[in-house]
Amino acid sequence: MMRWRPMSAIALRHFYLLRGSPARVVPLFAWVGIDIVLWGFMSRYLNSVASPGFNFIPALLGAVLLWDFLIRIMQGVTMAFFEDVWSRNFLNIFATPLSISEYLSGLVLSSIATSAIGLAAMLLLATTIFGLSFLAYGMALAGFLVALFLFGIALGVFACAVVLRLGPAAEWFIWPIPALLSPFAGVFYPLSTLPAWMRFLSRFLPPAYVFEGVRRIVSGRAVSPGALAWAAFLAALDLVLACWFFARVYRYTVRTGLIARYSAESLS
Amino acid sequence: MNESGGSPDLPAKVLAVTDLAKCYGRTVAVDRISFEVGRGEIVGLLGPNGAGKTSTINMILGVLEPDSGSIRIQGLDLAAERSRALARTNFAAVYAPLPGNLTVYQNLRVFGLIYSVAELEKRIAEALDQFDLVRFRDVRCGALSSGEQTRASLAKAMLNHPQLLLLDEPTASLDPLAARDIRAAIREFATQGGRGVLWTSHNMYEAEAVSDRVLFLSRGKILLEGEPKALLSQHAKANLEELFIAVAREPLTLEGHREGHRP
Repeated sequence: MMRWRPMSAIALRHFYLLRGSPARVVPLFAWVGIDIVLWGFMSRYLNSVASPGFNFIPALLGAVLLWDFLIRIMQGVTMAFFEDVWSRNFLNIFATPLSISEYLSGLVLSSIATSAIGLAAMLLLATTIFGLSFLAYGMALAGFLVALFLFGIALGVFACAVVLRLGPAAEWFIWPIPALLSPFAGVFYPLSTLPAWMRFLSRFLPPAYVFEGVRRIVSGRAVSPGALAWAAFLAALDLVLACWFFARVYRYTVRTGLIARYSAESLS
Repeated sequence: MNESGGSPDLPAKVLAVTDLAKCYGRTVAVDRISFEVGRGEIVGLLGPNGAGKTSTINMILGVLEPDSGSIRIQGLDLAAERSRALARTNFAAVYAPLPGNLTVYQNLRVFGLIYSVAELEKRIAEALDQFDLVRFRDVRCGALSSGEQTRASLAKAMLNHPQLLLLDEPTASLDPLAARDIRAAIREFATQGGRGVLWTSHNMYEAEAVSDRVLFLSRGKILLEGEPKALLSQHAKANLEELFIAVAREPLTLEGHREGHRP
């Protein structure tokens, strides 16, 4: 059974770090803000030169916003984990009654808090400057957001497992993960644009269903329950698999003694 | 966490290690060792570098899986009831300082929540006072001297009133006066509430002065076990340092001399 106090301790630790360090707070707003402003003006320009009837603001800027949300969720988990890596805190953390599920839940709580800040900043900018209103698209969009959230958590937990297994130097493997997935997810274009082999791989990615579904909504068509169901199912499955993978890696590090010797050096 | 030391319903031993073994590849780190820590007892785990002391402590802390053997903390099997067993223990080690980017108070609050310490604010205030850390309450641990960091780690280690306290060279970075105070605090901790302490040290004077019983490890085996004075008499050595050097230089000649060794 998971206990609230140990879980909250992990999130509280991250809150303390954020509160005491502007260098950690600014990136929560800065990068998403730059993305929204850049793509917002790009969308506005495309609206002015493209044929009337198609609005690039929800199609392009909305896609950027949702993709950034996914990245923020993933990074929220990994950054909270990296605080333990950088401060060499694993021995202190894992030699306690804290269970793996409680630790991961604490990372997720941290991620919810930090990504909510980023999402709020993005929505504020997109709405006030470029007139993008997600509220106009109804509750179906909330379902797709939940699927993206679950998949972002799954990516974050998977990335933590990779770093736990391979050492801190492996962080350079995990930051490009979203960029590697984005062509297959069809963030900015319909999946029909992709060649057949890429479309095949897209079937296994929850964001592919999310972005196809959201494109239908913003173009005024009916919500696709199938896309929503597949996105939610695959995201939940990926989350279970990521947690299983993390637990397996953790057991390996305990069996081999890596967790006790974990340091800033790469491990093999 | 409720203090429960001294209750007649609790097991007489706070720690029971049976046939514990660990190999790293072909290297035997810990070779089927068995020992116990009783209530109110301070046991010194001594031995040269690479003897298996830290591997033993890591296995008791649940961060290193034994190849075989069992560990029971206050009667709870660590392998089967990890969280419950570890809730009754805590540790401090020179190689595991508290995160330097949090203040002393923040660290104690975070770890107090992890250990589900009852009346946490009151307990933190007591720990700060006990280890003379009140003036450093809002100082980041990374900005403290090594001795102050050690005191902060010890405050964390005693925060949950653990029945079993594991200390890996707790006084290594302390000046003599601070080390004496810490030894007194550890002694008081063990005797009040019938708690057990297992600690490692390379300071033989300290081990002799504080430990009720010492275990000499060499090449993963317990070569000697007993009260410091009894061991010195048995091996005709003037002090533990001489005995330590003998163990480190000629471990094989001392095998089989373990006092009270269980089959």
